[in-house]
Amino acid sequence: MNGLRLYGRYVSVSWRSQMQYPASFIATSIGAFATTITDFIAIWALFARFRQIEGWRFDEVALLYGVISVSFALADGLTRGFDVFGERFVKTGDFDRLLVRPRSTALQLLGYEFRATRIGRLAQGMLAWGVGVHLSSVDWTWTAWGTLLFAVLGGVALFSGILVLQATLAFWTVESLEIANTLTYGGVEAGQYPLDIYARWFRNFLTFVVPLACISYFPVASVLGRVERTGVTGWLLPITPAFGFVFLGVALWVWGFGVRRYTSTGS
Amino acid sequence: MPSTHIVIEGLTKTFRVAERRIGAMGAITGLLQRRWRTVQALRGISFTLEEGELLGLIGPNGAGKSTTLKILCGILEPSTGRCQVGGLVPWRDRVRHVARIGAVFGQRTQLWWDLPVVESFELLRDIYRVPLERYRKTADELIALLDLDRILGTPVRQLSLGQRMRCEIAASMLHEPRVLFLDEPTIGLDAVAKLAVREFVKTLNREHGVSVILTTHDMQDIEALAERVIVIGKGVILADGSLDALRRGALAERRLWVHFANDVEDVRVAGVSVRQRQGRSVELSFDPRVTSAHRLIAQVAAEFEVEDVHLEEPPIEEVIARFYALHAVEA
Amino acid sequence: MSAIVATLRPYQAVFKARFTLLLQYRAAAFAGFVTQCWWGGIKLMVLAAFFRSVRTTPMTFQQAVDYVWLGQAFLTLLPWSVDPEIARMVRSGDVAYERLRPLDAHAFWYARAIARRTATPLLRAIPMVLTAGLLFHVFGMSEWALSPPAGVQAAALFFLSMVLVILLSSAIATLMDIATVAALSERGVNALVGPLVIVFSGSLVPLPLFPDWLQPALRLQPLAGLLDTPFRIYGGHFAGLDALAALGRQAMWTIVLVLLGRLFMRRVMARLQAQGG
Repeated sequence: MNGLRLYGRYVSVSWRSQMQYPASFIATSIGAFATTITDFIAIWALFARFRQIEGWRFDEVALLYGVISVSFALADGLTRGFDVFGERFVKTGDFDRLLVRPRSTALQLLGYEFRATRIGRLAQGMLAWGVGVHLSSVDWTWTAWGTLLFAVLGGVALFSGILVLQATLAFWTVESLEIANTLTYGGVEAGQYPLDIYARWFRNFLTFVVPLACISYFPVASVLGRVERTGVTGWLLPITPAFGFVFLGVALWVWGFGVRRYTSTGS
Repeated sequence: MPSTHIVIEGLTKTFRVAERRIGAMGAITGLLQRRWRTVQALRGISFTLEEGELLGLIGPNGAGKSTTLKILCGILEPSTGRCQVGGLVPWRDRVRHVARIGAVFGQRTQLWWDLPVVESFELLRDIYRVPLERYRKTADELIALLDLDRILGTPVRQLSLGQRMRCEIAASMLHEPRVLFLDEPTIGLDAVAKLAVREFVKTLNREHGVSVILTTHDMQDIEALAERVIVIGKGVILADGSLDALRRGALAERRLWVHFANDVEDVRVAGVSVRQRQGRSVELSFDPRVTSAHRLIAQVAAEFEVEDVHLEEPPIEEVIARFYALHAVEA
Repeated sequence: MSAIVATLRPYQAVFKARFTLLLQYRAAAFAGFVTQCWWGGIKLMVLAAFFRSVRTTPMTFQQAVDYVWLGQAFLTLLPWSVDPEIARMVRSGDVAYERLRPLDAHAFWYARAIARRTATPLLRAIPMVLTAGLLFHVFGMSEWALSPPAGVQAAALFFLSMVLVILLSSAIATLMDIATVAALSERGVNALVGPLVIVFSGSLVPLPLFPDWLQPALRLQPLAGLLDTPFRIYGGHFAGLDALAALGRQAMWTIVLVLLGRLFMRRVMARLQAQGG
């Protein structure tokens, strides 16, 4: 519990630090909004012409897009510490500072910075979600909302896990591996569309290796009633976001492994 | 209250460093096949520290001081050997151990750059889970002792190095650790700031019984603070004892300045060498084990007309430098 | 003889140092290349799925494939961001010293923009073109591979169009640089231009695939000349008169934006002088 309170403090500190430059914050947030909404514009344009993709309509894909966009925006905003880990902590040796504190290093990195400018992406994700809800013919029950919210939580866990893994790589090679971006940004790109449009091997990768399917495609398909194409039994679909948490758990375990290596080699 | 007894036995630490190749061809082959070089940072360090002791660790760069300190802090694991601080193994019981120690690394800051000092303190209070009442009392004491009142509201990035270091030390004590590790705390500070830091550490140790291990290159830190000194060179302990003992050791030397009333040509006394002459003053160097200062003065006064004398120790830097040379350690 | 070797020594050293630096740069460029392949791949998979759902499309899938891969290959030609040198000058206040040069400021900046868009972007295009054009064919993925231009005339006009791309893109980039001076910061400009360029050049979605009612407007706007025009010519989508008209639009917009740039530059520099730099 105390960990949560400490995290709250970290967030407050980070927020106030960023609010010292309000103009910059607003400009960056607007820029982020403009940049990310282009993806939604693409979806809109293509649907305006093609009407449907593998049987999915615009409002349904809008929902899919909104859910994954919101998940990523939140995860991105929370995990800056892991994002810059190689540069700011391993290369400089500043990681020692974190080790000297009686708290988990993961918690301290989580608290490093709360990137408020990610609200740009968050806003456009919510916009798309709203469009999807407005245009859809789904029966919006509590279960439906619950499923989607659970999907967002699982998504935040999954994307955070990817970023934790990317940071863990820094223990071995201090150069930041930008290839990991293909998993985060690439994952968001790929996850915007229903996974049945992709080749089998890619779909399997996104289900079993990096379970993106579990935090967007499956839960949204279940809310939309599109169960058959997913190849998964109906009742299982809404709880698949749990795998996002499993992924995060694995990522944190690997992280601990990396920390041990750091302390034994002194980097 | 948990003990702060520190025990180190047979610590060794070997690093594997990837060899950097030079030139373009080297860069290519370096990508394909890495060659490793082993560096033995510590080759068997052993010592104990009683509660409330103040220990100075000195040695040339690369001798193993920082490595030893990192192991004591728990942020580095030794290759072999035993280490316990207050019954805990630093790198294994990291969280519990680290909650009981304070650490100040001279080059690094533990404060938050953009925030006013007091906010860093409060954040640390949360990190170390210090109860509010105790925090207030401790913080007030530290602020008074280190004269931080006027800079509490200043963002850390705007502080001078001296001010920042005082804040760093205060920050390291907020959770009332019984053991304090200081790695080059006075580096880069002006004379006034150095004095403030030394006074504070002395008070902590003498009046509050905090055990302190201090590494430094500044010999005056040692002279001001350390009753006990360990000299590390090339990963082993070269000496462990008081500063006086170090001085009186193989490097025994004392210096006597004699100011003569008249011009003196030749000053020759058995077992004594002339270091330098300046007009009517002569600096004599002698081994205190062979001749006592008292006898030497008497001898000189018997032969010449002496106006004034004064006795000196060779500066500690010289003592240490010669010590290193004696043990063939590069300084 | 040894004298010659001695004089060459420093140059040899510099060359070696540069080469080693280039090797490190290669690693970063490789990462960028992988990312671009990934992006192109996803875009094509999505387009393929869309194409499957209808019978008539404004462009063939093969044309779309070429469009996407070429778009990825020549991505760096586009005016993404303000020249970092100029951004730095604006921030440090040095930009006023540009007036000390006995040169036409706009021409000078325009020339710099062109220089930035020749050597490196073209070099970076090569691995992408080779991979999409050769490797894909070799590995039996021909439906996803880049195909050759739709004929000799297409190839020639494509080449012409690419030259115009460089000129047009540089003109826009110079306008961005001048805007940075006017705004005293590069932040706003960078934030706004990126999304506009990515949408209206055809980088995000091939322009022909936008809704029909948007086509006339899309065709006429200047950013179409940055990516859409050359790649449509390449794939034969614009042929004959259509192609020439498109080239004409590219040229016209280049001239307009260069003139606008000169006007803008004069106003901004005058204001700088009035404000004391």
